[in-house]
Amino acid sequence: MGFVLVQFLTGLASASSLFLVAAGLTVIFGVTRVVNFAHGSLYMLGAYLGWTILSRLPGGPAWFAGGVVLAGLGIAAVGVLIEVLLLQRIYKAPELLQLLATFGVVLVVQDLVLKLWGPNDLTLSRPPWMRSFVQIAGERMPFYDLLMIGIGPLVLLALWLLFTRTRWGTLVRAATQDREMVAALGVDQRLLFTTVFALGAGLAGIGGALALPDGSANGQMDLTAITDAFVVVVVGGLGSLPGAYLASLLIALLQAFGIVLLPKITLVLVFVVMAVVLVVRPNGLLGRKLTLARGEANTLALVRPAEPALRWLGVAALLLAVWAPWFVGPFALSVMTEMLVAMLFAASLHVMMGPGGMPSFGHAAWFGLGAYGAAFAVKGLALSMPAALVVAPFGAALAALVFGGFVVRLSGVYLAMLTLAFAQIVWAVMFQAVSVTGGDNGILGVWPAGWASNPRVFYWLTLAICVACVLVLRRALYAPFGYALRATRDSALRAEAIGLNAGSLRLVALVIAGAAAGLAGGLAAFSKGSVFPTYISIDRSVDALVMVLLGGVQSMAGPVVGALAYTGLFDMLLMVTDLWRLVLGLSIIALVLVFPQGIAGTTYRLWLRGREA
Amino acid sequence: MLNVDDLHSYYGRAHILQGASFALPAGEVMVLLGRNGAGKSTTMKSLIGIVRPARGRIDFAGVDIAGWEPHRIARAGLGYVPEERRVFTDLTVLENLEVGRQPARDGRPAWTEERLFALFPNLGRMRTRAGGRMSGGEQQMLTIARTLMGNPRLLLLDEPSEGLAPVIVEEMAGAILALKQEGVTVLLAEQNLHFAARVADRAAVIEKGRIVWTGTMAALHADEAVRTAYLAV
Amino acid sequence: MTILNVAGISKSFGGVRAVADVSFSVAAGEMLALIGPNGAGKSTCFNMLNGQTAPDSGRVTLQGRDITGLSPRRIWRLGVGRTFQITATFASMTVRENVQVALLAHHRRVWRFLRPAFAWFGAEADGLLAQVGMAEQASRAAGVLAYGDLKRLELAIALANAPALLLMDEPTAGMAPSERVALMRLARDLASQRGIAVLFTEHDMDVVFGVADRILVLNRGELIAEGDGPAIRSDARVRAVYLGSGATSGGH
Repeated sequence: MGFVLVQFLTGLASASSLFLVAAGLTVIFGVTRVVNFAHGSLYMLGAYLGWTILSRLPGGPAWFAGGVVLAGLGIAAVGVLIEVLLLQRIYKAPELLQLLATFGVVLVVQDLVLKLWGPNDLTLSRPPWMRSFVQIAGERMPFYDLLMIGIGPLVLLALWLLFTRTRWGTLVRAATQDREMVAALGVDQRLLFTTVFALGAGLAGIGGALALPDGSANGQMDLTAITDAFVVVVVGGLGSLPGAYLASLLIALLQAFGIVLLPKITLVLVFVVMAVVLVVRPNGLLGRKLTLARGEANTLALVRPAEPALRWLGVAALLLAVWAPWFVGPFALSVMTEMLVAMLFAASLHVMMGPGGMPSFGHAAWFGLGAYGAAFAVKGLALSMPAALVVAPFGAALAALVFGGFVVRLSGVYLAMLTLAFAQIVWAVMFQAVSVTGGDNGILGVWPAGWASNPRVFYWLTLAICVACVLVLRRALYAPFGYALRATRDSALRAEAIGLNAGSLRLVALVIAGAAAGLAGGLAAFSKGSVFPTYISIDRSVDALVMVLLGGVQSMAGPVVGALAYTGLFDMLLMVTDLWRLVLGLSIIALVLVFPQGIAGTTYRLWLRGREA
Repeated sequence: MLNVDDLHSYYGRAHILQGASFALPAGEVMVLLGRNGAGKSTTMKSLIGIVRPARGRIDFAGVDIAGWEPHRIARAGLGYVPEERRVFTDLTVLENLEVGRQPARDGRPAWTEERLFALFPNLGRMRTRAGGRMSGGEQQMLTIARTLMGNPRLLLLDEPSEGLAPVIVEEMAGAILALKQEGVTVLLAEQNLHFAARVADRAAVIEKGRIVWTGTMAALHADEAVRTAYLAV
Repeated sequence: MTILNVAGISKSFGGVRAVADVSFSVAAGEMLALIGPNGAGKSTCFNMLNGQTAPDSGRVTLQGRDITGLSPRRIWRLGVGRTFQITATFASMTVRENVQVALLAHHRRVWRFLRPAFAWFGAEADGLLAQVGMAEQASRAAGVLAYGDLKRLELAIALANAPALLLMDEPTAGMAPSERVALMRLARDLASQRGIAVLFTEHDMDVVFGVADRILVLNRGELIAEGDGPAIRSDARVRAVYLGSGATSGGH
C-alpha cells in the first residue's frame, strides 16, 4: 500500500515538472499561435543557467528559491530577445514556417550551450534539506518531491488568476482571438506578445532550474522536454491551461505506474496515451476546435503548373544529374544518392502537407517501415532487390492505410502530433523487438543485387526511380484527384457542399505519400546496406519537414529544391565546421526571414513579379 | 477635426486608395458612399493604421498620423468600429468593454459602463454574457460601446447596418444621433443609403480610390447625376 | 411542382428551442425569402435543409424524397446547390478551376490520377461562368476577386450541380445596393429558366420585396407570417419584431 502511495506521489511530483514546461508552451501558443519548437531549448537553458547560479549560492532553501527565480527571469530575458529579434518578424508567416524558424533556434542553442558549458552533464551538489526524506506509510518520500507536488497546482492557480482577474489577462485573451482589433482599440499588441513570450519562457526556465536537484543539466534535455511538453499540451488541448495540468497528471501517473508494471512500455507510453486521446477526442481533453485568429495570414497563392522555362531548367538539371557519375568521386556520388532519396522523401511529405493540408511530424514512420520492409524482404524472405523495392512501398502504404483512418480526421498541430505518435510507436517496436529487428544494432548486410552493386549503377537506378516517382506524384496533384484534395484544404465547407469526401481524399493522399516515403526508405536501406531504428527517429521526420518548408509548400518544385539544398548544406557543413548546428540553425533562420515562402516559392514569386512589371 | 490629403494605400499589391482627399469638421456625421471595392473599407483601415498608407497626409486634430501604429492612433482619439463586428466571443460584455478602456481626454467626462448601458439598454441586461452568445444586433451595439470606452473624438463606423434586421438598424440610427448630441464626430462607411440619409449631415462619394464628390446630404439627394453615376441607385 | 417540402422541423440547443415546428414548401422556379430578426433561427433552419444540422423532429423532402438528416455531401448529390453568407471558394485555384472542381464532383470524376484537371469540363465551366457574367475573369485567382464577383462565382459553383434547389444564405451581404439587385435578378432569371427553386435569407428589404415571390418570417424559432410582399408589409407583428417603421430601410 505504502509503495502504491509513494509511486502515486512521485507521479504527482513529475506531473508538476511536466506542467511547468507545458504551461509556458501552451500560453505562448494560445496567444501568439506560434508553435514554439525552441521551448525545450529555453528549458535546457534554464537548467544550465540555474546550475551556474545555484552552484555559486549557499545551500539554504531561500537561496535555492531565489536562484530558481533568478534563472527564470534570465530565461524570460532570453525569451524577449528571441521574440523581438525573430518572432516579431514572422507573426504573419504561415504557422509551419514559424515552427521552422524556432527549430533553427533549437540548433543554435545546442551549439551555444556546448560552447558555454561544455559537453559534460552538470549536476548540483544537493544540500541536506534537499536530500531529506519524509516517512509516508512506511516508505521514504524525498522532501523535494513533496515540494514539487505543490508547485504545479500553485502555478496553475497563479496563471488562472493572472488571466482572468487582471486587465493584462483580459487583453491577452482578447488578443488570442483578434490581435488586430485589440491594437485598433489602443493596446500595444506587440508589447503584449512580448510579455506573453517572456512569461512562457520564464516558466520554462524555472522548470529547467527546478529539474536540477533530481537530474542534471545536459545537452539532450531540450528535445526530451519539447517532446514531453508537446505531448502534454496536445493531450490537454492546445491553449488550455487546465487541460495541460490534467494531461500532465494523466501522463505522469501512467508513467509512474507503467514503469513498475510494464517496464518495456515506458519508451512509448506517452505516445500511446496521446494517440488514444487524439483518436477519441480530436481536439485534446479540454481543447476546442482551433479557429484561425484574426490578423493571421490565411492567404493561399494560386497554384499554376510550371512555366516552360522552369521545365527546361528541370530537364537541364536532370541531364546534369545523369552525367554526373563520370566526373565526381565516390564520396560525392554517395552524397548525391542520398540527396535523391531525400528528394523523394520530401516530395512524399509535400503531397500530405501541401495540397493535402496535413502537416506531419512523423513522416519518418513510412520511410522507416519501407526500409525495414525492404530489409526483411531480402534478409528474412530472401527476396531479390527489385522484389524488396516493391515490398517497401506496399508495406508502408498498408500501414498508412491502417493508421491513416485515424489521422485524417484531425487537423493542424493535432494531426501532426498524431503522426508523430505513430512514428514513435513504430520506432519503439523496431527498437525493442530485438529478436526480429536486431534492436539498436539494426539489420546489416542489406546490399543491392549484384548487377546494381556498382555505386554508379545504383545511383542511376535511384535517379530513375526517384525522378519518375516525383513526376508521377506531381502528375496526380495536377489531375482531378489533386485538385479535389486541394479543394478540401482550401475550404472544407465548400468542398463538403459540392460533395467531395474529404476523409477519403485525404486518406488516399496519405497512402500515396506513405508508399512514396516507403520506397525512399527501401532505396536508403540498399544504399547504406543497413537499417537502424534511427530511420524512424524524430530527427528524420524533422529533416523532411525542414526540407519541405525550406523549399516551399506551394508546388512540387519546393520539396525538390528544399531536399537538395538541405542535404547539400548539411553535408557541406559537416565537412567544414564542428559548429554545424549553429551555422545550420542560423542559415534556417536567415532563410525563413529572407524566403518567407520557401526558396522555390519566393524565387518563383519574384520571377513572376519581374515579368508582370 | 480630420483632414485627409492625397492618401494612397495598397491592399496586398492592389493599389486601392489612389489619392483620396477629404475633410470632416468637428461635431458632424459624414458618410462615405461608394460601390463595392471603391475603397471605403480601405479608407477606414488606413485612418486607424491597420492598413499602412503608402503616401499622403492624415491630419487628425492638428497632427499627421499617417504611418502610425494602430494603437497610437487609437490613443490619439480615433475610435474604429470594424465591419463584421469582431466582438471577442470568449470575453463577457464587461470584459469586452474593458479591452476598449482608455483614459478620458480633453477634460470631457469619460464613458463608463453605466453611461454606455444607458445608451444601449440591451447590453446592460447581459453584462456577464459571452460575446459569442449574443445576436448580431447585440454584438454590433457591443462593438460600438467597446470603442466608445476609449473616449474617441472621432468615431469610424465601417458598415454598421450590415446584416442587421431593419428594426435594429433603426435603433442604431438613434444611437448614432445620440452620440452626435454628445459632441462625437462620426465618419461612417455605408451601403445602406436609407440609413445614411437618416444619420449623416454630409457625404463623400468614393470611386476607384478617389473622392469624386462631397457635399451635404440634401445636395446629394438633389444631384441625380452623381447618384446614378457612382452609386447606381 | 413542389421541389422542397419542410414539415414541422424543430431543433433545440442545450434546452433552448432554436427552431420550433416550422413548415413550408418551395415550388420550381419560385423565389422564397426567409427573413427575421438576428438570432431568430434562420441559420439553424437553413442548416437543417443543407445537412449541416440534423433536426430533432420533422421531415424534409426534396422532390418527394426524404432527405432529413442526410450529410451535406449526400444532399449535394441529390441536387441542392448552396451559396454561403461568408463566401467559400478555393483560393489556390483560378475561377475556372473552381467551377471545374465542382463539375468533377458533380460528374463523379474526382478519382482520376493522370489526365490533368484543366482538360476536364473546361467548356462547360466557361458556359456557367458566362451565365453569371464572370467569363472575362475565368483565369484570375479566386483569392483576389472582388466581393461581388466571389458571390457570382459561388453561384456558378452551385449551378455546376444542375440543382433542383438553390439555398442562398444572405446572398447580398457586403455588396453595394446596385450589385445586390443585379445579383438577385440574375438568380431570379436562372431560377425561372431552369425551374430551380430558390430559398434565401436576406436583410436588405429592397432585395426581399423586389425579388421574392413569397416571404416567410421567423421570430424566436417560430414562423409568424407567410405571404407576398404587401401582406408581409402590412402585418403588424412583422412590423413590430422586424421591419420597424421602415425609416432606415427604404420605407418598406
